Amino acid sequence: MSLDPVFTPAPERHVLVKALANRSFLIGLVITASIALMALLSFFWTPYDITRLQVADRMQGLSLVHPFGTDHMGRDILSMIMIGARNSIAVAIVAVGIGMGLGVPLGTWAAARGGWADEALMRVNDVVFAFPALLTAVMITAIFGPGAVNAIIAIGIFNVPVFARIARAGALSLWPREFILAARASGKGKALITIEHILPNIVSLLLVQGTIQFALGILAEAGLSYLGLGAQPPMPSWGRMLFEAQTRMAVAPHLALFPGLAIVVTVLGLNLLGDGLRDVLDPRLRRER
Amino acid sequence: MSLLEIENLSLRIGEAPILKDIDLSIAPGEVMGLVGESGSGKSMTALTMMKLLPHAARAQGRVTFDGINILAAPEAAMCRLRGDDIGMVFQEPMTALNPVKTIGEQVAEGIRWHTGVNRPDAEARARAMLERVGLPERQFPLTRYPHELSGGQRQRVVIAIACALKPKLLIADEPTTALDVVLQAQILDLLRDLVDENRMSLLLISHDLAVVADMADRTTIMRHGQVMEAGETARTLTEQVHPYTRRLAEASTHVPARAKPAAGDTSETLLKVEGVTRDYPIRRASLFAKRQSFRAVDDVSFSLARGQSMALVGRSGCGKSTLARMILALDRPTGGSIHFDGETLEDKSEDQLRPSRRHMQVVFQDPYGSFNPRHKVERLVAEPLHLLDEKPDAKRRRELVAEALEQVGLSASDMEKYPHEFSGGQRQRISIARAVITKPKLIVADEPVSALDVSIRAQILDLFADLNRRLGVAYLFITHDLTVARAITDRVMVMHEGRIVEAGDTHAVFDRPKTEAAKALVDAAPDLDRALRMRMERVSGG
Amino acid sequence: MTAYLAKRLAIGLATLLVASLVVFSVLEILPGDPARIMLGLNASPEALEALRSQMGLDRPVVLRYLDWLAGMATGDFGRSYTYSSPVIELVAERVSVSLPLALMALALSTAIAIPVGIFAAARRGRLSDTIAMGIAQVGVAIPNFWFAMLLVYIFAVGLRLVPAGGFPGWGEDWGGVWQGFKALLLPAVALALPQAAILSRVTRSAMLEVMGEDYIRTARAKGLPRRAVLWRHALRNALIPVLTILGLQFAFLLAGTIIIENVFYLPGLGRLIFQAISQRDLIVVEGVVMLLVASIIVINLLVDICYAIADPRLRTGR
Repeated sequence: MSLDPVFTPAPERHVLVKALANRSFLIGLVITASIALMALLSFFWTPYDITRLQVADRMQGLSLVHPFGTDHMGRDILSMIMIGARNSIAVAIVAVGIGMGLGVPLGTWAAARGGWADEALMRVNDVVFAFPALLTAVMITAIFGPGAVNAIIAIGIFNVPVFARIARAGALSLWPREFILAARASGKGKALITIEHILPNIVSLLLVQGTIQFALGILAEAGLSYLGLGAQPPMPSWGRMLFEAQTRMAVAPHLALFPGLAIVVTVLGLNLLGDGLRDVLDPRLRRER
Repeated sequence: MSLLEIENLSLRIGEAPILKDIDLSIAPGEVMGLVGESGSGKSMTALTMMKLLPHAARAQGRVTFDGINILAAPEAAMCRLRGDDIGMVFQEPMTALNPVKTIGEQVAEGIRWHTGVNRPDAEARARAMLERVGLPERQFPLTRYPHELSGGQRQRVVIAIACALKPKLLIADEPTTALDVVLQAQILDLLRDLVDENRMSLLLISHDLAVVADMADRTTIMRHGQVMEAGETARTLTEQVHPYTRRLAEASTHVPARAKPAAGDTSETLLKVEGVTRDYPIRRASLFAKRQSFRAVDDVSFSLARGQSMALVGRSGCGKSTLARMILALDRPTGGSIHFDGETLEDKSEDQLRPSRRHMQVVFQDPYGSFNPRHKVERLVAEPLHLLDEKPDAKRRRELVAEALEQVGLSASDMEKYPHEFSGGQRQRISIARAVITKPKLIVADEPVSALDVSIRAQILDLFADLNRRLGVAYLFITHDLTVARAITDRVMVMHEGRIVEAGDTHAVFDRPKTEAAKALVDAAPDLDRALRMRMERVSGG
Repeated sequence: MTAYLAKRLAIGLATLLVASLVVFSVLEILPGDPARIMLGLNASPEALEALRSQMGLDRPVVLRYLDWLAGMATGDFGRSYTYSSPVIELVAERVSVSLPLALMALALSTAIAIPVGIFAAARRGRLSDTIAMGIAQVGVAIPNFWFAMLLVYIFAVGLRLVPAGGFPGWGEDWGGVWQGFKALLLPAVALALPQAAILSRVTRSAMLEVMGEDYIRTARAKGLPRRAVLWRHALRNALIPVLTILGLQFAFLLAGTIIIENVFYLPGLGRLIFQAISQRDLIVVEGVVMLLVASIIVINLLVDICYAIADPRLRTGR
């Protein structure tokens, strides 16, 4: 005779099914995928060749021939935005990669080791947090001169403590849990436990933070290239396009409109994707209704 | 006439039915016990009376309190009732108080809100109320913050808030579940006295029949959102008319059938603990203060024989879990030594500990927190195989996991599932399967049944007894529940403030405790038979 | 409380020291020779040598670091190569633009975001919440310099309400102050709004999280209506995570001034550092970076003090 209350396990739908039912995730995914596809497409095809300057066609407004118009050197803005997407995405990916690649091992190591190592990491974090990415980029540019790599390094350095903090906080909350104690009682060392038990359980945290940092990376890159500290001409970048548009705002406002919208849409898409991911992966954080 | 009358109450949250046709009435001055296992709907019944239900909840039926139709009452009317005519005490004292407000503010707030008195007057009443619940101002000024109080003290503050305006009805939802037995007895005494003094009615919600038998005039038993049986407490629980009542009562006092340990087995020492001490540093109050430490375990010595089942009992914070961790070599002693199966543990590196670890395993309290939610049962149960010198291949591994699962009453096919697909009791079986897979000589079980409902608790205790008999494994049971200790162990040690104050044969110690600490534990422990006997005497006596 | 603050102060000072070391090393590992940059390529070796010893470049690195540090502490940031004036004077002049700008932006962002966040949390799930958070979601995605360009186009070029850029100085009288304020208004709005969007989202989610806590139910069980619970119990607890973000945002605002000052041609620190880079005037870069880093560290210290005020658990030794 069993007194165990009738227990029907909740039908745990596959994560992917849940994700696709989440509106914010779906919209974010569609936007992000479109931007990424656009960047990929630009490797093979753009409406116009942007290396050929057509001064006769300069500063055209919107038309069927040039949907987003042309810039002060007659280049097609749509084509420039497509190619500029590559730059934004590449910088953001590498910067998030640097942040995760260094930050996650550091953070989980500090959480596993505790004591002085943990304290040291947190203090180093304090120092790095005192240098916003823009300031770091300024210093790097002061040494090595401007270039796209500066932007990557500056944004990447700032991402390291962000991921270290998230990974550490996640790992610290897991270490006292009973399943970790059980693994220790099974003779597993700290490194093995970190790989087998800690990392899989903080992946969702890291993914969500990853999309946020990706979006911030795109914003930061735009700011740096706007200041001329990022990608250098003739490589088109959204921030640079905005800089060039600025002095011509009074006569051709559309020059500033589309690169700006490109940034807004991309960042919005990534943020929606991140919000959706968090709702799907971490039900505790899900808003009611 | 009843103070509270519930008729045909049904409740749904979204699509899920939670309560079905509940009838319940409470007379003025009456103590009503509401008993049920987890998920029986007893907390939702209480929240319906307060109209503090989740957003998606929809209630039908009638709830009448003091002539007011609760389900139809507007929010403003409910605000006048709550805290004034109906007070409520919750289960978890650690989180029930606002951490950024002083206890004085939190008690005075309701008084000011309902009576409109000025701040000094409200504070004076709050002071008197806190004094009444056992927090006199000399030791506990009104300016204390919740984090400066212990769990029992915080629960007293919550009771002070609930009773500050002498409500007609006090609802206490598992008010002592998060506390140890001694605190439980104190808080129950306090509630009983407050109810008597102010002629309040009390709805006491509990999963523990013994607590309800001790406190309640009448008892309602719920299961799956329905009322199974209701009536006068002594009669309901002794006559056990409803089969579910009988099952619940039997499970509460269940003692597994156990063979007496063979004399030859117990002669050989398996575990020997000598003068073990553990100090924790206390964070310094200022940069220049002397570094102080807190002694969690103080000079503990004992030994455990092969195949023996020993209980380690004590109040929460007495150091029993710290001691268990040191025995499991998850924490290192500050002083003293631990010998297990002929090896010392305290001076070994993690690598050198492997042979010893293989022969001692652990079962934890929380059947939800003991597993990595992302692994399947096969991988979870197989984890200790890491300790074998020769790693079994995949086929052998599955055989071993299947064998372990069958030993604990699960089937081999369960290894393909994830832990969330199992109920609490089944998870605790998986936890035990993981502990027995390396055929250990000692299992340390830290409160292994205290998170389980009584009926499931009985089954798990049976399983422990059965494994002890079949595999000859020795147990160290860490528990605050004397019923569990009595049911399953031969010997017991009573721990108090880091020291072992009394040890001996389980029944002898519990029947005739010698030290103050042991006496306090035994007296405070709820006991269904004793409570019913006393209730019968009171009824027949007058 | 004192132990907590002493620890935070010690950490702040240590961070500042390490940060100064980083900034100094950056100047040290520089490929160019400052003396050569100042004198140009055709300078004679003798003149170079003379300048080097005059600038102290021939002394050991450790000594030069200590000198530099001592200089910083006494307000001597060195002399600019290009402006031929002490860095401290340049900086003092520029701070009078950047600091008011950052503070205006911070005040604006906080004043908008916290009420909006609380309002949205209180009306969770209703239309007004959805609209407010939709706007915030877009606001987070807008780059501040682009927003600044749009503002200029609408309010300066189109409506001619405010100047499109430049800064007339603070003037001698209230009229002058008003002119200065007007010149900083658009830049402050451009800086503040994207930050306000982030802050309102944080405030809302902090409020919602707190509203799910057990002590909120205790307060409701006392008979307090929902609104009173929100103000008396939820708000102060929710402010703790909001403070963290506020501290971080100040760093972003300071960095943001570098960009925004370039959009509006404001003679602030950002513009100074930017011009110094293009002229490779490293003493100036170093001085301004140090100043910005120091102010970020000070702000974080202030946030820590606010923590201790907001959260009694930090005040007692535990």
